[in-house]
Amino acid sequence: MIRFENVTKVYARGARPALDAVDLEVERGEFVFLVGASGSGKSTFLRLVLREERPTAGKVFVAGRDLSTLSTWKVPHLRRQIGAVFQDFRLLPNKTVFENVAFALQVIGKPRHHIMTTVPDTLELVGLGGKEKRRPHELSGGEQQRVAIARAFVNRPSILLCDEPTGNLDPTTSVGIMRLLDRINRTGTTVVMATHDDEIVDQMRKRVIELDNGQLVRDQSRGVYGSTR
Amino acid sequence: MRLQFILSEIGLGLRRNLSMTISVVLVTFVSLTFVGAAGLLQLQIDQMKDDWYDKVEVSIFLCPSDSDAPTCVGGEATADQTEALREQLESEALEPYVEQVFYESKDDAYVAFQERFADEWWAQGVTADQLQASFRVALVDPEQYQVVSDAFTGVTGVEEVRDQRQVIEPLILVLNRSSLVAAGLAAVMLLAAVLLITTTIRLSAMSRRRETGIMRLVGASNLFIQLPFMLEGAIAATIGAALSVAGLWFGVRYLVEDWLAGEVQFVQYIGTDAVWTIAPILLVVAIGLAAVSSVVTLSRYTKV
Repeated sequence: MIRFENVTKVYARGARPALDAVDLEVERGEFVFLVGASGSGKSTFLRLVLREERPTAGKVFVAGRDLSTLSTWKVPHLRRQIGAVFQDFRLLPNKTVFENVAFALQVIGKPRHHIMTTVPDTLELVGLGGKEKRRPHELSGGEQQRVAIARAFVNRPSILLCDEPTGNLDPTTSVGIMRLLDRINRTGTTVVMATHDDEIVDQMRKRVIELDNGQLVRDQSRGVYGSTR
Repeated sequence: MRLQFILSEIGLGLRRNLSMTISVVLVTFVSLTFVGAAGLLQLQIDQMKDDWYDKVEVSIFLCPSDSDAPTCVGGEATADQTEALREQLESEALEPYVEQVFYESKDDAYVAFQERFADEWWAQGVTADQLQASFRVALVDPEQYQVVSDAFTGVTGVEEVRDQRQVIEPLILVLNRSSLVAAGLAAVMLLAAVLLITTTIRLSAMSRRRETGIMRLVGASNLFIQLPFMLEGAIAATIGAALSVAGLWFGVRYLVEDWLAGEVQFVQYIGTDAVWTIAPILLVVAIGLAAVSSVVTLSRYTKV
């Protein structure tokens, strides 16, 4: 589903690479933790998958497409197959929960009847049934993150990228979010989650990829957060 | 869904930056009014040229018996001199310039004179001998007056070569200059309009960075993201254009058709239909302004 072939990313000429000759493959339906200290290259990895950045060297394949040859005007189509969730939720404060989720479908031109059926289903899935009319500031952090996940998942992407989704949440709430991500993973969606949360990684026992200074230092199935904390 | 969504986005953007929207409308209004005024003046000038240049002719006045002109020391122009002049006018050298030559003898001049001043008591006392014979020359291109003038000025038997165009030339010059001034002001105002529209679109794009960020993330197409901003600029500019067309229409209707046409009657004036002639141009300029501004701004602020 995601394949990195010897990928190097250098932001500024002469600077230390953010990613250094990374080779890895994530299969369809996998759940992968991406761990490592700040600045280890986790976010760069996610940005490369979303094609917000292009690699300096090497090739990135996502959902069968070679991103180095993907023309700019096809990038939106790539992104429709990828959901993204962030630490800071990125919800629209002046829209309701329903509108926030519907927004993701409206802007890619989905018809109204499709939105009217899909959005309530997705809100039900993330456990926000009955809160459609609330605004983000009326919700708890965990609920806001559920809205963000609903928005990322409402178009049923084949890949869900999560950039420290539990970074702003307390442990109990985080567990709830992880259960939700696990459930989404079970529907066949590939989930890649960058995180600092060792407890979660240790509990889930999923594949762990560790980056250190841009280099892939560990790729372990059913792994733990590790000692190089 | 899409259309409704885009329209609501546009409405939101226009209202959020209401004061900027109004200033865009006003600046395009003023700048396009100058553009339009320059265009209308040019139309007026063209019309006057069309009107008059067909009628004007070069008059070569032959010496009367009592002229003080140095070329007339020999007294009244003789038949030989007259014939020589006619031959020269019809010669090959002048053929490309001269369309038609009409000889007005003293008697012809007398008839025309009596017709023109038939109601005047003093005209009765004028005799044909007091009048002047002349050649009336219609030119192929009225601008080429100088050629004919050079050929006959100073020739014995010719008192004076007069171009009727010289009467209207100053007026056309004034109008031409005014239209240049209007065009210059228009250029400055258009520049201001482009800068203002650019700033407005930029503000609008920045105030909706959150939305556009999410749009890009979930895979909205570039066009879909940028269209609301483009249309905002285009709508504001189009309103400005509409206002300027309205302003010009009222200007022509009340200033030219009602007032000027009554005061100064020897000129054929343009009417409000001329405003409709230049209205599409103004509209195109307005939309062009908005398009240029959008492309310049959006390529930087909402790129993928």
